[in-house]
Amino acid sequence: MATSLEELKKIATQVRRDIVRMVHAVKSGHPGASLGCTEYFVAQYFHHLRINLSAWNMDGRDEDIFFLSNGHISPVWYSVLARTGHFPLKELSTFRRIDSRLQGHPTTHDGLPGVRMSSGSLGQGLSVALGAAQAKKLNGDKMLVYSLHGDGELQEGQIWEAAMYAAHHKIDNIISTVDVNGQQIDGPTEKVMSLGNLRAKWEAFGWTVMEMNGNAMEEVVLRLETARSITGKGKPVMILMTTSMGKGVDYMEGTHKWHGVAPNDEELAKALAQLPETIGDY
Amino acid sequence: MLDFNITDKKDTRSGFGEGLAELGRSNPKVVALCADLIGSLKMDAFKMEFPDRFFQVGIAEANMMGIAAGLTIGGYIPFTGTFANFSTGRVYDQIRQSIAYSGKNVKICASHAGLTLGEDGATHQILEDIGMMNMLPGMTVINPCDFNQTKAATIAIADYQGPVYLRFGRPKVPNFTSPEQSFDIGRAWQIHNGNHVTIIATGHLVWKSVEAAIQLEAEGISVDLLNIHTIKPLDVDAIVRSAQKTGAVVTAEEHQINGGLGSVVAQTLALHAPTPVRFVGVKDSFGESGTPDQLMKKYGLEASVIFSAVKEVLRQKVQA
Repeated sequence: MATSLEELKKIATQVRRDIVRMVHAVKSGHPGASLGCTEYFVAQYFHHLRINLSAWNMDGRDEDIFFLSNGHISPVWYSVLARTGHFPLKELSTFRRIDSRLQGHPTTHDGLPGVRMSSGSLGQGLSVALGAAQAKKLNGDKMLVYSLHGDGELQEGQIWEAAMYAAHHKIDNIISTVDVNGQQIDGPTEKVMSLGNLRAKWEAFGWTVMEMNGNAMEEVVLRLETARSITGKGKPVMILMTTSMGKGVDYMEGTHKWHGVAPNDEELAKALAQLPETIGDY
Repeated sequence: MLDFNITDKKDTRSGFGEGLAELGRSNPKVVALCADLIGSLKMDAFKMEFPDRFFQVGIAEANMMGIAAGLTIGGYIPFTGTFANFSTGRVYDQIRQSIAYSGKNVKICASHAGLTLGEDGATHQILEDIGMMNMLPGMTVINPCDFNQTKAATIAIADYQGPVYLRFGRPKVPNFTSPEQSFDIGRAWQIHNGNHVTIIATGHLVWKSVEAAIQLEAEGISVDLLNIHTIKPLDVDAIVRSAQKTGAVVTAEEHQINGGLGSVVAQTLALHAPTPVRFVGVKDSFGESGTPDQLMKKYGLEASVIFSAVKEVLRQKVQA
């Protein structure tokens, strides 16, 4: 799907509105990293990913497939999935409510289009994405597998089991991204459990590593193209994506305090004043 | 008939290995993963014949469960292989989220279950795996009794859509079921018909129950003997019918009594046909090093213990 840069930015503003409205409506959810990853999701789903919207299916044969490993940032994913027609836009108002397909953390359990694994318990998504990438190879399917992870999530040991596996088996049809926002629930990652030199770590594990500013739409679009161009060369690809947690809402920006907290009525109004409605509220 | 012609003793894990290799030939969607235990799991044949469909994961069981879940996306049927302890307790959350809750068609194949793993000791002798897997919504739990049944079960689960836990063991045990058997998931195998007492057994304890039944019959006690190879979904009808007929039940398993076959049978009977029950199994303890025979004796997983349990439950039945 080709969409202009201006168009993508407009959509991103609307998605941010969706995020704060969804979280506010049920007084729970994770706005911080959802806001931080908005450019990434909009660029992926409205521009980059080669996906068949008219016939979503679990196997995703001959199309790109995406896995969200840090499932708590479901608000941004749900907004983008709805706005790309995976399910009705009005369903966003059911987020985290009883009998909804839009669970707090994403699940395949209720057949929500776009979701291929359940995630929430951290560190599991890279393994699943790698298995799906190997299935693509067995099927002679030339499309790619994408996964997104939080930086705090890298504290889970399974991530590094998977990192080792990917290089050993030369899984070069995957592009994984880590949202490096430097925050986790208890505070800055640097204080909670410092991650050290992430580029050196991933390179040592045998990955080709790129970096990008995840809050600059133009850069995200370009770097995703670059990442695609370096697949198929015998190594898995990692994008270390620097973002600002809470991006777009001034009082939420750059702090762990809005990791998993919903704004109250007054705070919502303040947030929406900074995020004008661009393509229509849900 | 309890008159089995025992031609040989074979390990159930070799039944898995043979079944897997046959599946490789008959079903191109079957793939296999192993966490550095190819020889122990008898996966060599599959690996040799189908190297492109075999994935060595190394000593990283959590990753193996996730890779397996991912391989189902695109239509493959992954069989994971490692010891029962590393197939369940070590990776419970990976199975729970990435396989069971995600509804993935993964076959978790677990060898060296229970005490008969032997000399390696309690760290490796899991006795809680049936309970853990039973609790997971949507999980099918299978514990076949001998080589032929394990082979048949291995082949059968490939055609079943959904996550399966297949449990088998290390030592060579009597191979007494038919090599031509059809394996019906969820359907109890009635080994012998009797009227006085029901013995409900799974896995290695099925043969020991046969031995106990032979002794009991010789004393004039008529035994209804059920092989519950599928613990979930449980064949409730078969269990209730038998309990209503005999009025006394003994369960036998190489597993903790808490949460195992005994627990689910007791739950079933409490609901449908309250009946006196005795439980043969491990009684809330860890195992230890020793030969399989020594361990089974020390922890009370013997034909003689089943025999005594039958006598005990029959006394209660008479009093009632």
